[in-house]
This record gives sequence, structure tokens and C-alpha cells, in this order.
Amino acid sequence: MSTSFTQPAKGETSGVDFKVAPELLLKMHDLMLRSRLLEERLIRMQKQGDGYFWIGGPGEEAFNVALGLLVDKGEGLDHDYLHLHYRSSGTLMAMGADPVDALRQMKSVASDPYSGGRNFAGHYSVKAWNVVPVTSPIEVQYTMAPGTALAQKRHGGRGITIVQGGDAGSAEGDFASCLIWSSRPGMELPILIVVTNNAWGISTAAGTQHGEKNVSDRAKPFGIRTMVIDGNDVEASYLGLKEAIEYVRTERKPFAVEARVSRLYGHSSSSGANFVAEEPDCLHRLEARLEQKGLLTRHQMDEMRARITQHLLEASKRVREEAPPPGEAIWNHVFAPVPGDEASAIRDARGPLGAAATANGGH
Amino acid sequence: MATMVQAIRMALHVGEERLGVTDVFGEDVGPPLGGVFTATQGLKTAWNTPLDERGIVGTAIGLALAGQRPVAEIQFCDYAFNTIDLLKLAGNTYWCSDGQWNLPMVVMTPVGSGIHGSIYHSHSFDSTATRIPGWKIVMPSTPRDAYGLLLSAIRDPNPVMYLAPKALLRTKGTPGEEIPGEPDEKTLSRMIDAPLGDRSKWVPEWPKTEDFFIRIGEAKTVRAGRDVTCVTWGRMVAICASAANDLAAEGVEVEVIDLRSLWPYDWERLAESIRRTNRVLFVNEDTEVTNFGEHLLRRTVEELFYELYAPPKLLAGANVPGIGLADSLERASVPQKAGIVEAMRELARHRP
Repeated sequence: MSTSFTQPAKGETSGVDFKVAPELLLKMHDLMLRSRLLEERLIRMQKQGDGYFWIGGPGEEAFNVALGLLVDKGEGLDHDYLHLHYRSSGTLMAMGADPVDALRQMKSVASDPYSGGRNFAGHYSVKAWNVVPVTSPIEVQYTMAPGTALAQKRHGGRGITIVQGGDAGSAEGDFASCLIWSSRPGMELPILIVVTNNAWGISTAAGTQHGEKNVSDRAKPFGIRTMVIDGNDVEASYLGLKEAIEYVRTERKPFAVEARVSRLYGHSSSSGANFVAEEPDCLHRLEARLEQKGLLTRHQMDEMRARITQHLLEASKRVREEAPPPGEAIWNHVFAPVPGDEASAIRDARGPLGAAATANGGH
Repeated sequence: MATMVQAIRMALHVGEERLGVTDVFGEDVGPPLGGVFTATQGLKTAWNTPLDERGIVGTAIGLALAGQRPVAEIQFCDYAFNTIDLLKLAGNTYWCSDGQWNLPMVVMTPVGSGIHGSIYHSHSFDSTATRIPGWKIVMPSTPRDAYGLLLSAIRDPNPVMYLAPKALLRTKGTPGEEIPGEPDEKTLSRMIDAPLGDRSKWVPEWPKTEDFFIRIGEAKTVRAGRDVTCVTWGRMVAICASAANDLAAEGVEVEVIDLRSLWPYDWERLAESIRRTNRVLFVNEDTEVTNFGEHLLRRTVEELFYELYAPPKLLAGANVPGIGLADSLERASVPQKAGIVEAMRELARHRP
């Protein structure tokens, strides 16, 4: 049942033919590079005081970009629902998100389309693409995902649910909930259960807390197909995910994928957000391969990097000037209006406390 | 007259037929049992889940995200405590996404004491629920209100917590408080109560009850009075009304208000009554520390201080870790009629 991709040793790429079309590889390289540079710009912004906190996904780009390219993007049951985590920039970039919007979320400006200045960087939410709000609790998405998948199971078609979390979060009972609810006899759900295993929970090494060989092995007793992917290998990631996603789309059954990934700037800004040289770098690996195979020269890649870096730098300067949300905005979107009574939204939010009584004495 | 549990069942049926309910689900909610209190018997969208409250709330959120309209049940509110961060998530999803994702979902759960339910079948959830912003919270005290509030909860585009006082689930409405369209008692039972024994071939025959909505946020004056205002909800409503009737013999007229919705709540009605009686008692059975009644009392002091002729009072559950099983322990843990009468009398007699 389980397909394992052999993890090649670091730098062992010479003499191997491409497993995906060169055009696709170049596209993935472009997206991985943009995602990495976006994260590095976000880190810089935070360090320069243009944001309160950074958390993101440098080191997960190969896997997450491949995932984003394989998503059936759109709104509603005919398309894929994504319950992602806060290291998913690569997926969003591959789906076509504007990196400037991520800068806006970092700067907590009113124009942040994901949360209106309310949430941390990397906490995406895109209704038009079925990207449900990313949460800071790292496990809750595993309990929500069966809900969207159940709706899709009944609806039919090829739309699936994709849920992603980390190895540390898989220790929560919510991961077990996901396995159980996805594999109820006769009601197996079209759900891709992803664990990106970076082998860390903040400062705690997974090996000191987890006895299971692979996190995904925990899906096996439920009859769920599993796969372990080298998430630092973009081709293996793409091909592995393609197979798993196609299975979920057509069989309408769950599949658990574990990707071994790196965490290249630590947990978050709270741990310094400095580059970690000891872990494999998926982008470095791909670039070495592209150069070796003559698909891109180092000079070309340096130019790309410089161009995107400059673009993001300029964008961050513009975003810095954008307006923060007004304090009064806290009352917006507490409740959706009851049909036929638009005023109910604010009335229900402020409720009986009325216009004068607020936490800070009113505005 | 329908019982409260029949009222809930009929409202869920209307929800399925006319208000877009896609799922009524929870532990033992589907066939064959149809709920441990029979609230979900015979419903076409009712289904059983694993014994996993976090999975239930999470799945409800997911269904709502996918445009469905779920009604999830937590079998007893005592088992909802391990779902609190998911309830928080349901309450904050619309806000965190700056208005992108609203969640039309109902979580219903039986609450409170009164059935000798011991430590894990007697607890209240009302005060805890009011600590989770983004939810509307309702709690009926009669079958008619149970029906009308549930229809409003189902129609609402936001998460609504529907707290059903478990001790009242088998109580019937009083004449004049019928659910519009309900048949007589015997007929109703024959139509919608599942038979004992094998019910695999049983199908209910649903009466044609009307779309009858009670607006969330609207309290109800259960008994008019000029001397003291008593604000209460859930199981305590009938007990407070009975206490007020007893006191009438002494010439003390207590106005009893059933709050019905804890969020949003009907401050206008409360304030109007308190301004008239100048004395107020809050009664509920949740534990007394950081009790929702304390919020109402604080508000009364802040806004109506100079209207008061007596210190406002709260009667609530003892702040102990559980409701003990022995009758004496349960009675000592939650407000009883005698204590309510005494508190009302003291308020009425207090001279500033």
C-alpha cells in the first residue's frame, strides 16, 4: 500500500534524468524562488519593525509549490478545499496569490485581504479559492477538514479536501480524529491528509517525543493509503502528490502523505528567524540541479533573485505607507447580518453594550 | 401540548424541510436511537458520529465552511468542555477572515441539573458560552420557545449555541402556548414518537407546524409585577414564576423575565423593568463565580445605580466542582424555590 521515495543524499543529482518536464521544473523553480524571497522579505520586515511577528515556510517550498500547482482552484464543492498551516506560502504563491498581500498581512494594514490586519503573517484565507482561514493552533484543521470532505463526498465530482499540518501537531488528538472521521466504513472521505514533517516542535526534536517511524504510518490501521515523500525533492514531491491526489479525486477515499521537509529559519521570529545551514535546502538543491543540467545558469538565477528581491523591497516600502485598520473596525464581522436585517450585524456584535460602553471607554 | 423534546424534533424537521438543514449529527443522534433524549428521532438527515466531541464540532465547522447548514449535538454539555478551543474557532472564523467565512451552524446541547445526573450530567454551560464571542446563545424554557428559537438558530448565518435545559425536555407547554400548527397530544405522540422495540421500519408522520420564529435577543416577560424584577433563564424560569406566585399571597408582586437569549440579550426590557420596580434579582444555576448573572448585575449597578432601592442580588449555583448525586447535595448546589422566595421577599422588604 505504501509508496516510499528514497531520499537521495545531499547533492546526489548528477546523471539523473528529470522526472518531470523541464518547463514544469522551471516553473516550480520560479515559484519556489518567489516564495523563499517572500519569506525572507517578511523576516526582514519583522526585524526592521514593519511587523510584530513572523512565521512561515522557508524549507517547505518544494513540497508546497508542488501542492499548490496540483490544486483544483476555485470556490465551492466542485473545487478543492484547503485547510493549510502557517508555513504554506509556497502553496499560495503556486496558486497565484499576490506576494504583496502577504506583506500587507505582515504590516497589519487594513488592505490585508486575508484578515484585515487581524492575524499573523502566513495566516491566509481566500474564500474565492476555498482556502479556509489558517489558524495559529496547529491541529484544529484536522478536525474541520472532514466537514468539507463530507460535503464533497455527497456532492460527487472531483473536488477534494486537502489538510496540512506538521509533525508536532500530529500529537494532538485532532490528528486521530481526522483519521477516524475520514475512514468511517462506507463513508470514506475524499481527503488528502498531509503532514509536513520538519522534525521539530519549536525547540523540541521530534525524535525525543515520537516513537513512530513515520507519522503517516498511523493512518495504516484505518486502511488509509500512505506515502512518505522527500519534501526537499521537488520532482518527487510533485509526482508523489500527483499520484496521491489523483487517487483521492477518483476513488473518493483518504490518502495520507508525509513529507520530510526542512525548517530553514527556525520556528518563527520568536526563535530569531536566522538561516539554518545544517538542514538541506530544497531550493539550493534544485538550483544546483538546474545548473548542472544546463536549464539555467547561475547568472540567470542570480538575476532572477535580484529582480524579485528588488520588487518585494519596493512593494514593502509602499505597504509601509498603507493605513492600519481603524480601531472601530473591531466591531466589523463579529456576526454576519441576519437575512433581511443588515443592521443586525453591528447591533448583535456591540449588542446590549450599546455605542458607549467599550473596553476602553468608547471611541 | 407538545413536550420540549418534541418541539425540538419538529423544529429540526422544519429545518430539514424548509430551512436548508443538511446534517443533524452527534453521538447516538441517528437511528436507531435518535438521541439519548429522543430529540432527533425520525429526522431524515440525522446520523451517528464517532464518540468524539472535537470531531463533532470540527466537522460542523467544516460543513458550514462548505456551505452546508449543520446542527451538531454534544450529548451533554459536560462533554463540551474539551471542545472549547474549537467553539472559540467557530466564533472567530468570520472575524479573523475579516468577513470572508461566516459559519451557519448550530450546536445544541442539554444543560443543567434536575435529573439526578451526578457530576457529568448536571453541569451548566451558559456562563462558559458567554465567554466565547462570535456565538449567539439561546436557552428556551418552554416547548413553544424551544421551537421558535431553534428555527431562528437554524436560519441564522452565524454559530448559534442552543442550550436545552435537560430537566425540561419532557415538560409540556401551558394552554395558550401552543406551537402554531401542533396537533393534540395523543395524535402528536402517535405521529412522531418512535415505537419501543424494533423501529427499523418506522417512519414518522410530521404535523404541519408553521414557520414560527422567535427573534434571537428578545426576552419574554413571564409574569408582570410591580415590586421586584427577577431575571432568569432555562430551568429556573418556572421555579422563579412559581416563587413569585407564592409571594403574591403576601402582597408582593414579582415581575419574572425569561432572558431566552444570553447573547445578544434584551437589555432594554430588563432596564425598563428594573427602572419600574427598582429592585432586581438574577437567578440561574451555573456556578456563581464569573457567572453571566454577574455581568447583568454589574451592568445594572453601572447604569441603573440611582434607580435602585435595594442592592441587586444574584442567586446561582454554589462554586463547587460538581453537582453531587445525593438529592441533598444537588439541592444544596443549585438555587431552590425556597431560597428564591426568600431572596425575592428580602428585596421587596428592603428599605433604602
